[in-house]
Amino acid sequence: MSDITTFRSATEETPLARRVLIGIAAGGLGLLVFAPLIVVFAAALQQGLAAAIASLGNQDALSAIKLTLIITAISLPLNAAFGIASAWFITKFDFRGKAFLITLIDLPFSVSPVVAGLCIILMFGTNSLVGGWLVASGYPIVFALPGIVLATMFVTFPFVARELIPVMIEQGRTEEEAALTLGASGWRVFLTVTLPNIRWALLYGVLLCNARAMGEFGAVAVVSGKIRGQTATMPITIEMLYNEYLSVAAFSMAAVLALLALVTLLLKTALELRLADQLSASNRH
Amino acid sequence: MRIEIDEIAKSFGTTAALHPVSFAIPSGALVALLGPSGSGKTTLLRILGGLEFPESGRVMFDGVDATGLSVQDRRAGFVFQSYALFRHMTVFENIGYGLNARPRAARPPKAEITRRVTKLLDLIQLPEIGARYPSQLSGGQRQRVALARALAIEPRMLLLDEPFGALDAKVRRELRQGLRDIHDETGLTTVFVTHDQEEAMELADLVVVMSMGRIEQIGKPQDIRARPATDFVREFITV
Ligand SMILES: Nc1ncnc2c1ncn2[C@@H]1O[C@H](COP(=O)(O)OP(=O)(O)OP(=O)(O)O)[C@@H](O)[C@H]1O
Ligand SMILES: [Mg+2]
Repeated sequence: MSDITTFRSATEETPLARRVLIGIAAGGLGLLVFAPLIVVFAAALQQGLAAAIASLGNQDALSAIKLTLIITAISLPLNAAFGIASAWFITKFDFRGKAFLITLIDLPFSVSPVVAGLCIILMFGTNSLVGGWLVASGYPIVFALPGIVLATMFVTFPFVARELIPVMIEQGRTEEEAALTLGASGWRVFLTVTLPNIRWALLYGVLLCNARAMGEFGAVAVVSGKIRGQTATMPITIEMLYNEYLSVAAFSMAAVLALLALVTLLLKTALELRLADQLSASNRH
Repeated sequence: MRIEIDEIAKSFGTTAALHPVSFAIPSGALVALLGPSGSGKTTLLRILGGLEFPESGRVMFDGVDATGLSVQDRRAGFVFQSYALFRHMTVFENIGYGLNARPRAARPPKAEITRRVTKLLDLIQLPEIGARYPSQLSGGQRQRVALARALAIEPRMLLLDEPFGALDAKVRRELRQGLRDIHDETGLTTVFVTHDQEEAMELADLVVVMSMGRIEQIGKPQDIRARPATDFVREFITV
């Protein structure tokens, strides 16, 4: 009946169940995440480090890396700004249709990136009203940098806002109201109260955004036109190289992309630790 | 500063938080807004502070219409129920915030800000805690820092929303006396919200009893005790 030696809290599993669960989690992670990562690096280095590095040295490869970095550098700050603005708007004001707006922010998560790419082509392609005019004036959007940036921004839009909304809801408005009563202007309140309070969540959102922006394939594939040396980003270049059986080149570039993602992940983990500290500190209120 | 509230009304959606209310607060008075939960005390205080705007009616400061005056221009020292200290700033930075937020021309030099903040820390009898963060303070200390922060802007009036709400009985009594002392020292017109009738009666010169967005009675504590105007007041002050 009452067996004192096997005291166990209600939410705790039996030792066997625990081992099975851990096994499934570790096995899944190893098979689905670690193994592919190792295979990528192995494939990149199959003809030695020199060959791998050499394959990255040509014009097209360098242009792809440069393009991906440029796109990320443009879309990150823009999306951070949009994310802050929409999170601010949603959390600091009461209005009708708020739930609808939150759903709208999530839209890019549920729409296939390919569909997003097609939408951009429909809106800005040469056959559209706007696109035709823009091409005629020498500013093409589709098959050019602006289109790729638009596609990337669409796909990564939710990350920042999604991170900020819960944090801003949790913090409420009173600190900002206090700053206003102390005479601070709205802009000053934003810079000295709002922004410092959301800084870790913001950075976290930006990092997630960064990882996705560098890796986006579907939407970019549709709008970029895959012009080698011009509109081919790293993921696109990898696919093209692979299709041409240039596997060392393909996997070397894939390894670089994976490394960039790993750096992002490391930063994210470091941030998560800080965020946890900060949360536990401010929850003592 | 003399405050006049003239037929102020406010509703949120379909709930009327304040039916038209009117009363005047003489300059330098210490006034309690007393009433049960949901009676509109906070709403009225926020309207005085410029954090909320009335649907109709006027607010006058020293005879001048201040109804549309922005929250920044009201110069009301506001102490929030949850204190609302800036959690990422030290106590020192919290108290100096209002002075640093002034436009450049009106901003005191750094040394002067330091001097004033130090003086305020002395006033609230916490001279040693300037370098701490709000999370490292007790509830009573936070409340006093919030008061010092509000006083730092040299406010024209002091508005406090349940300043002693979340504190234990002993600390409440101490801080009550502290508020009385600070009020007497600065001579600031002070309005505080409470639902504790004992606190209102003991501390205030003038008590405004509210219920369901209406004013039930206004008067000196002893007059309200002696002659409750309505059944509601009689019942509320005897619990
Ligand atoms: N932002 C708001 N949105 C909607 N309704 C509100 C809002 N603020 C206040 N109310 C409503 O207005 C009425 C008065 O609220 P108020 O906060 O002024 O009461 P109170 O007297 O301060 O109560 P308490 O003692 O509980 O703080 C309540 O019915 C409340 O639900
Ligand atoms: Mg209230």
